[in-house]
Amino acid sequence: MTTPPAGRGEDGQSGDRFWVVAERVGDRVLRSYTALVYVFLFAPIVVVVVFSFNAGRSASEIVGFSTRWFTTAWTDPFVLKALRNSLFIAASSAVLATIGGTLAALAMPSVGGRTRAIFEQLTYVAIIVPSIVIGIATLIFLVTIFGWLNGWLAFLLPTNPPRLGLGVHSIIAAHTLFTIALVNILVRTRMRSMDRTLTEASEDLYATPWRTFVEITLPQLLPAILAGSLLAFTFSFDDFIVAFFTSGQDQTLPIFLFSSIRRGVTPEVNAIAASLLGITISLLLLAGLLLRGRGRRAGSAPTDSVAPSLGAAPDDATTGTP
Amino acid sequence: MLALLLFPSALWYVLFLLAPLVVLAIVSFGLRSPNGGYTPALSLVQYLHIASRLTPVINTIVLGFAGTIGCLLVAYPLAYTLATRGGSWKTVLMALIVIPMWTSFLIRTYAWMFILGSNGVPKILEGLGFGHVQLLNTPFAILLGIVYNYLPLMALPIYISLERLDRSLLEASRDLGAGSLATLRQVTFPLSAPGVISGCLLVFIPVMGEYLIPVLLGGGKTYFLGNALADLFLQSRDWPFGSALATGFVIVMVIVVAIYTWATRRLSSPGREGGLL
Repeated sequence: MTTPPAGRGEDGQSGDRFWVVAERVGDRVLRSYTALVYVFLFAPIVVVVVFSFNAGRSASEIVGFSTRWFTTAWTDPFVLKALRNSLFIAASSAVLATIGGTLAALAMPSVGGRTRAIFEQLTYVAIIVPSIVIGIATLIFLVTIFGWLNGWLAFLLPTNPPRLGLGVHSIIAAHTLFTIALVNILVRTRMRSMDRTLTEASEDLYATPWRTFVEITLPQLLPAILAGSLLAFTFSFDDFIVAFFTSGQDQTLPIFLFSSIRRGVTPEVNAIAASLLGITISLLLLAGLLLRGRGRRAGSAPTDSVAPSLGAAPDDATTGTP
Repeated sequence: MLALLLFPSALWYVLFLLAPLVVLAIVSFGLRSPNGGYTPALSLVQYLHIASRLTPVINTIVLGFAGTIGCLLVAYPLAYTLATRGGSWKTVLMALIVIPMWTSFLIRTYAWMFILGSNGVPKILEGLGFGHVQLLNTPFAILLGIVYNYLPLMALPIYISLERLDRSLLEASRDLGAGSLATLRQVTFPLSAPGVISGCLLVFIPVMGEYLIPVLLGGGKTYFLGNALADLFLQSRDWPFGSALATGFVIVMVIVVAIYTWATRRLSSPGREGGLL
């Protein structure tokens, strides 16, 4: 690799021209490469969606346009049951995470430095620990605890004791660990960039702390809270691995999809996949719009709003490690 | 008073993060009872047993490293192009890269299973006269799956570090007679190192726990740690051994994060703003 200054030293004129051309070529190469990466990122998703509208059974050629596989998929009672479970789990986890994560974010500025540091560390740990570890650990923890509690229940209520077991509720509990941390980070990021002068003005005008909160703080935080709950919903709705370990006998849509794929790829699988993608992407666009709007209103450059916020989880997780 | 608001999340962290990890560690010191359950004990037998699962551990480490490097090689030029040539489309273009990360991991992996399967790319290649090519159920397919799925996690921190890069340093380098390549090598690369390290960590840790990619794209032939864990917990129900394997994994992860923290601290020496990503 020749370094430019060397070339320049010998023959200034033609050397310069050479580097101008080289830079232009480099620029072209980089731009074309980037375009290719976008094709790489989206082509697989597009292929699945296209084949989900294929009239034929074949996975290799398109016969014609049809929505018959969507009809087949969405009239299957097992699919509908799995969908109901998934929606219930995602909604519950999103609500719990929004409440828990937001309350904690509000409390954090006023708690002691040590408590706050420990809490922040736990938030990052909750996000960075791989899902499979969370799934396994929650599985053996809950099975152990349920075994012990069931013993007591049988002792206390000898006739017809209720039995605790894995299922929809244990999935909600396990998902909410990640989603609480996610909402907490998003709301805290927003709080840090908030305009303090408004709060101070409100206090100077003798507003009660509650009124300042309701009329000044909350409206500024609302977009981040809503975006956080939408992202929590999508995470929970799409998660396979945590649910795989903690689901017991219950099925979620990703678990159903996984077992269908393992049994053999059918056009219904593509239709379910395409529907799931449709739901997730609509929710993401909504979350993106909320986070973007927030950036504009705060007067900061929109550059910093959408992309880093969507990736706030992993990004912040590492930024925060001391 | 306000501190009470911390309670719901704190409760969740204790009940569903700390307690499960503690139980995992306790079970890892136990023994397997004859009927397949768990007998409390204080023994290291399970940890010594890890040697019997060397193949998945080696597979995970080799493909984990290869996948991380693959992500880095694909993501760096991408992040560089967006940060330096993105113009007013920067945000939208970056969001387009991040969005797939939030869609279903299962579907993204399945999409490649569909494309690499016998009716997909191999059929097209055969039509072009390349003969029979096996793509699905090979280590290559796993590598491709890793690069595809984890690319956003690598691109985002690199992009952020390049975005925040002080432009005046690039101009200074140019004014001092350095050409584009020299500036790239002596200014841009070193200053984006924190982003690269974050990206590698963000990719490497979850890849180590990967389960879906080896199952769907490796056909179960190239077995990962995650597959071994799923088998031990869901099929053979050997909890103590599975817990030892999982605990070992968590310990390795903690060591990796500790090295990362140490490395970023060294890189962000005092006086350099925004060193941490």
